[in-house]
Amino acid sequence: MSEVAVAEVKEPKEPLFSKKNRALISNPMDDDNPITVQVLGICSALAITVQMKQAVVMTVSVLFVLAAGNVIVSLMRNLIPNRIRIIVQLVIVAALVIIVDQVLKAYVYDVSKALSVFVGLIITNCIIMGRLEAFALANKPWPAFLDGIGNGLGYGFILIVVSFFRELLGSGKIWGFPVFGQKVGALLSDGSLATEATGLYALGYVDNGLMILPPMALITVGAFIWIQRARNTKLIEA
Amino acid sequence: MAVDVNSNKYTFFFAAVMVVVVATLLALASESLKPMQKENVANEKRQNILASIGIEVDAADAEEAYNTNLVRAVVVDANGQEVADPKFGAFDIDVLKDYKAGLSNIYKKNAGDMDGMKSALLAFGDGGVNYPMFVLKKDGEEVYVVPVVGTGLWGPIWGYLTISSDGKTVIGAVFDHKSETPGLGAEINQASFQKPFEGKSIFDESGEYTGIKVMKGGAKGSEHGVDAISGGTITSNGVTEMIVRTLKIYEPIFRQLQGQASMVEEIEMPLDSAAIAMDSLNVELRDSLGLSSN
Repeated sequence: MSEVAVAEVKEPKEPLFSKKNRALISNPMDDDNPITVQVLGICSALAITVQMKQAVVMTVSVLFVLAAGNVIVSLMRNLIPNRIRIIVQLVIVAALVIIVDQVLKAYVYDVSKALSVFVGLIITNCIIMGRLEAFALANKPWPAFLDGIGNGLGYGFILIVVSFFRELLGSGKIWGFPVFGQKVGALLSDGSLATEATGLYALGYVDNGLMILPPMALITVGAFIWIQRARNTKLIEA
Repeated sequence: MAVDVNSNKYTFFFAAVMVVVVATLLALASESLKPMQKENVANEKRQNILASIGIEVDAADAEEAYNTNLVRAVVVDANGQEVADPKFGAFDIDVLKDYKAGLSNIYKKNAGDMDGMKSALLAFGDGGVNYPMFVLKKDGEEVYVVPVVGTGLWGPIWGYLTISSDGKTVIGAVFDHKSETPGLGAEINQASFQKPFEGKSIFDESGEYTGIKVMKGGAKGSEHGVDAISGGTITSNGVTEMIVRTLKIYEPIFRQLQGQASMVEEIEMPLDSAAIAMDSLNVELRDSLGLSSN
């Protein structure tokens, strides 16, 4: 018992960005990535990686909810009864998301509209529940906050990489801007529809329609995991 | 604190307090923010109506722009007749709510009776629901904005279609959705999906009502077809369904407009072409009477 007491006294002296705390942010980016290593949050990674814009909106939302949820649960960690802890976490996350959505709806309606689709996806994102359960329940608020930020960034990193390839190969665009030239029927900047193909499309290039469909997200994530494991041999078990 | 966090008593206590606290918080947030949210929704509706006739305005200016462009707002019953003394103003009719209520009515009435439900669903729209129509001014002409609502893959979809004064040509369309898949079905609220609706016709050459269909490769030369979204088949089908079902209700009004338009055409028909028409009629008459000169 005395050892534990000593350790707890020492902890506040730890610098805010000690090596251990920095690892909370850097680990989820590679060694402990929520998607490619922990294999969490796959569902939302499939659903919203068709375009980069949405991947970024989702990343910011999850980052916020994950960090705030982690802090709240960490503050309450000594009060939450063990037997109903999952439900308590779920209620905290859901309440957080709904309140944020309500406030956005009243003050920044456009943002709320862009976000509305993601609200359900955020609540059910298992990365959030996973981090609350695995980390926030057993750690102090500051490390919990860093863990939330780290995992949110690690999640967002994969989302943005996958959406980059899916948008580029599936729709020939990056961040909504056509990069391979104009297709017939595409909307031009002056509001009219293109009648002639330009760029690569004029040479006969065709977008890969499969990239738009969810299975290709899985395959892209798989390719990412392959590359990651080839570079980072620590991840290969046995 | 000498409380046992894992005792039954504490667990119940904690759960009860949590429920009350969270419920109060959510109720407070919802109630205190409601007026602003309502205003935002109303302004978005005005923005959507204006966008369907090609006017883009900020939310702050929406009310003023709407009032200056509006000629009149009418309420139409299920048979396509204008209601003389509507209970609600056209703008206050929540078509989405009416649509949902109508659907759940059908489900309730025909529970367990699949055939009955099927026919009721097919005939949906004959209920005592009222349908709003907004008459706005565009380039000096009166155009007709019709709200449409339907079902996408995950939730409701809705939009506004503007029919020109000839009663059959679409001159603008906007769509939106609650929760369609981002990048797939959600694309219906993008200009690249909405723009191709312009210039399409909801009646075919022989005057039959067709509506507008969203289909694979539909834009190829079709007067009544628009390209579907790859990977968004169910949402695309939902858009087709809501357009065909809703515009059908307004059909009598559009026919009336067409009648007026064709009457104008007849009057403006040049005299010599009228004479030619008379001549050919004469020839036919003579032929049928066996009086041909040969």
